[in-house]
This record gives sequence, C-alpha cells and structure tokens, in this order.
Amino acid sequence: MTAAASGVVLLTMAAITVFLIYRAVPALRGNAANFFTEQRWDADGTPPRFGIAAAFYFTVLTSAIAIVLAVPVAVGVALFINYYAPRRLSSGLGYMVELLAAVPSIVYGLWGFTFLAPHLTGLVSWLDRWFGWTIVLRYRPESAPNNYSPLTAGIVLAIMILPIICSISREVFQRVPREQIEAAQALGAYRWETIRMAVLPLGRAGVISASILGLGRALGETLAVTMLLSTAFAINIHFTETGGVTFASIIALKYGEAGPTGTGALIAAGLCLFLLTLAVNFAANVIVRRNKVA
Amino acid sequence: MTVTQLVRRPRGSSSDGRGLLARGLGRYVPYATAAVVLALVALLFAGTDLNGMPSFVAIAGLGYVLAQTVLSVVIEGRRRAVDRLVTALVYAAFMAAALPLLLICWYTIQRGIAMVDLTFLTHSMFRVNPQEHGGGIYHAIVGTLIQVALASVLAAPLGILTAIYLVEYGMGRRFARVVNLFVDVMTGVPSIVVGLFIFTAWILVLGFNKSGLAGALALAIVMLPLVIRSAEQMLRLVPDDLREAAYALGAPKWRTITSVVLPTALGGVVTGVMLAVARIAGETAPLLLLVGINQRIEFNPFAGQEAQRPQESLPTLIFEQFGVAAGNTDAPPFQRAWSAALVLIILIGLLSLMARLVARFARTAR
Repeated sequence: MTAAASGVVLLTMAAITVFLIYRAVPALRGNAANFFTEQRWDADGTPPRFGIAAAFYFTVLTSAIAIVLAVPVAVGVALFINYYAPRRLSSGLGYMVELLAAVPSIVYGLWGFTFLAPHLTGLVSWLDRWFGWTIVLRYRPESAPNNYSPLTAGIVLAIMILPIICSISREVFQRVPREQIEAAQALGAYRWETIRMAVLPLGRAGVISASILGLGRALGETLAVTMLLSTAFAINIHFTETGGVTFASIIALKYGEAGPTGTGALIAAGLCLFLLTLAVNFAANVIVRRNKVA
Repeated sequence: MTVTQLVRRPRGSSSDGRGLLARGLGRYVPYATAAVVLALVALLFAGTDLNGMPSFVAIAGLGYVLAQTVLSVVIEGRRRAVDRLVTALVYAAFMAAALPLLLICWYTIQRGIAMVDLTFLTHSMFRVNPQEHGGGIYHAIVGTLIQVALASVLAAPLGILTAIYLVEYGMGRRFARVVNLFVDVMTGVPSIVVGLFIFTAWILVLGFNKSGLAGALALAIVMLPLVIRSAEQMLRLVPDDLREAAYALGAPKWRTITSVVLPTALGGVVTGVMLAVARIAGETAPLLLLVGINQRIEFNPFAGQEAQRPQESLPTLIFEQFGVAAGNTDAPPFQRAWSAALVLIILIGLLSLMARLVARFARTAR
C-alpha cells in the first residue's frame, strides 16, 4: 500500500507530461509562425501565429536579475545567522527568514506594484546616469513612467527566492564538521578566514544547488511577475523600461480570453516552462548527489 | 620553541611585545569614524544636489565601510581589515534581507487595516459594486478554507504513506530511488503548470467544470512533495533501536510502524503537514485557472454547474480586485485587495504558529 502511494508521485509527473503534450501538439501543428522565434502571441487569429521568443527572453532575464541579486544576500544572511549573530537570536532570525517564504506571492505582487515600483525612480535614474553606457540600463522616463519593468520584477523575485536559498545554505553550512572550524580557529584564523577555509569549500556545491533551486522558483513564479510587467510581446533590451511577458504570465493573462487554439497554445507555453524547470531541477539534483558521494 | 612562535602572527601583534591585543582599532575608533563620516556626508548633501534618505544611508554606509577598511589596513594589517570588511558586508546583507520583510509587513498592515472589520469578515460581495466601498470577503475565506482542507485530506495521507515507504520499505531499492528523485523534481514544478495540468486533464479532457474541487486537486499536487519531504525527515529521526526493540518482541513490520514508529514521529509529522498547509493557503496561480469568480457565499466545493458558480478563494479575490482597480491604487477595490491580503497573511501566520506550537508540545511530551 505504501508503495502504491509512492506510485502516485510518479503517476502525477507522468500525467502532467502526457496531458500537456497531448493538448499542446494540435495547437503547435496549426501554428503559422515558428514557435521558437516568433515574439507575438496571436493564437486565436487566422492563421494562428504565436511564439515564445519574448516569453523566453523575459523569463530568463527576470530570473537572472533575481539570482544575481539574491544569491550574495542569501549567502550573507546564512553566514550572519550561523556565525555572526548572537547564538540566542539565531533561531529567531531563521524563523524570520522563513516568514518571508510564507508571504503569498500575490502579496509580493501588490507590494511591488504600489510600494516598490514608485520608490525605484531614484535608483533607476541613478543607474541611467552612471551606467547608461551599458545600453541595457538606459532609461527613458517617458517610456516607463511607472517602473513596471523587468528590473522591478527581478528585485521582487529576488526577495521571494531569498528564503529558499538562505535556508538551504544554512543547512549546508551546519553540516560542516565542527573539528574543521575549530582547527582553523586554533591556527589563529579570524572569523572570515575560518569561513573561507573551512566552511565555504565544503558548502560551495550546496550553495550552487540552492541557487539553482531558487532559479527554478523564479522561472515559474506567476503572480508577482504578472502584476509587475505590463504586457508587451516584444523583446526590449532595456531592463528598466516597461514591458515583458514570461511563460507564467502569458498563461495567467491570456487564459481568460483564449479560444480553443489559444488554450492549446497556452498549454504549449506551460509545457515549455515545465521542461525548463525540470531541466533546472535535475541539474540541481545531480550537483547535490555528486557532492554527497564525494 | 613555544607554540606562539610556530604560528605566524598578524603584522604588528607579536613584535612589539604587548601580546595579542596590541595595535588594534581601539574601542572608540568605530564610533569616531562613524561620526566623522556622517558629518562629511551631511556636508556633501548640503553642498551638492544629492538628497533623499535612501541615498544618504547608502552613501554614509559605504563611506563608513571604506573608512574603516582603510584605517584597519593601515593600523591592523591586511588580514584584520579583510575580516572587518566581510563582517560589515555580512551585516549589510542581513539588513538588505530584513528591510523588505519589515517593509512588506508594515505596508500590508498600514494599507490593509483600514477596511478590516466585522462586516468585512462576515459579508460577501453579492450585489455589491466592487468599485465602491462595502461588502466583504467572507465568501472567499470560506472558499479558501474548504479548498485547503480538501487538498490536505487528499495530500496528507498520500504523502505520509509515501514517506513511510521511502523510509521503512524503500532502503536502496531502485523504485524508491526513482520516487525520491521525482519528489525533488515535483517540488520544483511551478504551481501554474500544476494548475494548467488539472485544467487540461480535469476540465478539458474529462469534461468537468471549474470548481473548488478542481482548485483543491491542484493544491494537493503542490502540497504532496512538501508533506513527503517533511514526514520523511521526521521518520528518519526515529531511532533504529526502537524498531529493533519492537522486532525483538516479535512484532511484524506493519505493527512496528503503526504502534512504534508513527506515534514517535507524530508531532513532527503533524507540524510538517501544517507548514505545508500554510504554504498552499497563499497559492494563487493554479486557482486562477481553476476556481471561478463568484460574489456569493458557496459552501459546496463541487459547485460549478450553470446554476451555481464555482467557489471563490482569497488569493483569486485579491487578484480580481487588483484587476478591477485597474492601477488606481486609491480605489476601493485596491483597498479591498490589501485588506484581503492582510487577512490571508494573518491566516497563514496563524497556521504556521500553530505548527510551531504543535512541534514544541510534541517535544515536551516525549
């Protein structure tokens, strides 16, 4: 009986794959454009033309921004809680970080929309002033008056994936043998030197896989991104300007108005997202497992 | 040769004969540095067109770290300076993480508290114009509670059984290894994909309607791997001695599991299930596809025919009201969204608090 219950996990995963493919294929057959290079999403037109180029670009962009911002902070917080904070505070602080994970994504969306975006104007103009030469950070206020941009979405995503990266990193750091830390301290190492010599080398693989898991979360996050990006099915290389759709936000936005082909097209987009996160999670798993053997 | 001579001391600490405490930045140096930096930055802000609290804090913080590092390099040597620098960075990272949490809590309470009263909690939106004040979210609270309860009823037994299989029967079997891998992978499947899957399978292929039940099915799939992982961890904590003692008494395996292993791990397993419940209570994406828009109170999760509209839920209500407000952050629907968000957060907070209490209670009982 317990084995049968475990079978449900495999069955569910198989069913997800089969049903999504089964419903996506007819829509993909009828697609007049190249699914991988078309940016527009006109799935219910005649002939239907839709593609995931824009969604792929913005999904990867927002997640990449999130990872770049979240990983250093998360590792810093993990180090702080484990090694810098007073011992009595550390479990309370850990609970606080878990609280961040408990906030529903829709609340992050609301907060990003009403609070964060309007407050980012200063940062965005500053980035434009000093880093405008990178082109990607160039900012024209008239084209993005509200800061509902991939950068804002990336920042909110970073806050959302911070807890998972932080808690996994903490777990990994805790597994470092005490003797190693004490040995480093006995050599007269300062706290940072102890961490660099004893903790980080052993924790590196764990931090990498934690980051990949965080990346998986960011890729599939729906509501916050949907609320923060104003829909635009065209690739815009300026990070701080309005626009963008991700796989998840296409589904959330277009779902209500989709006809038969449109629904199939959305399922195809969902399938892409599914495969993308699957690949990412498998990668994280492989790293964890390889590290366990070593 | 003494031990201290074997270890190379940082520059300036052993040569002058004053021992380990020699030539550090004194106790007052950090405060003095901070004061000087603050004064300089204030002068800078007065003299140039820089303004605003965030940039002041950023520049002052950066200036302090810089000054401290330079001082430390000069007086204490490179190693100590690097240590101080990293310490400052780690503290900064912690503040960078704590700030959004505080801001979100503060802002949600500030925006949400205005509308939350007894009427709001006990009335539905039936025959209320969402553009105006009035109405409440009772129908959504009812929907969320019923859907989450249904999902837990589906996912908790399955999850615990799977965990028992993995811990007690799996033991290096190929099937168990595969299940183990797929539990990990399942944890990472985005919830919107789960919603899309239920939409495809349940609604498109099997021909059912949107309903609270469809939402609960998706929530159950999201919840399943969470339950499995936490229950598995708890079962692994049960010492093997207990199992062996039961075997020695002649108890068969199933008996050992039901009367020794499970009771021992019960507190932890319940905590894990409740934390998983707290996680899915705020899940929005799958419900968006599966649960309908409904202004009335609907206790029946199976409702979804033409006559009865499918159950509402809290997260979808928030998203709907957000949509109705159409970007006008002062409109009544937007305030309603914030108030509903506050109620949702409190609900989730209560659930995880209860989970913590169960965990503590179980630990003292043992």
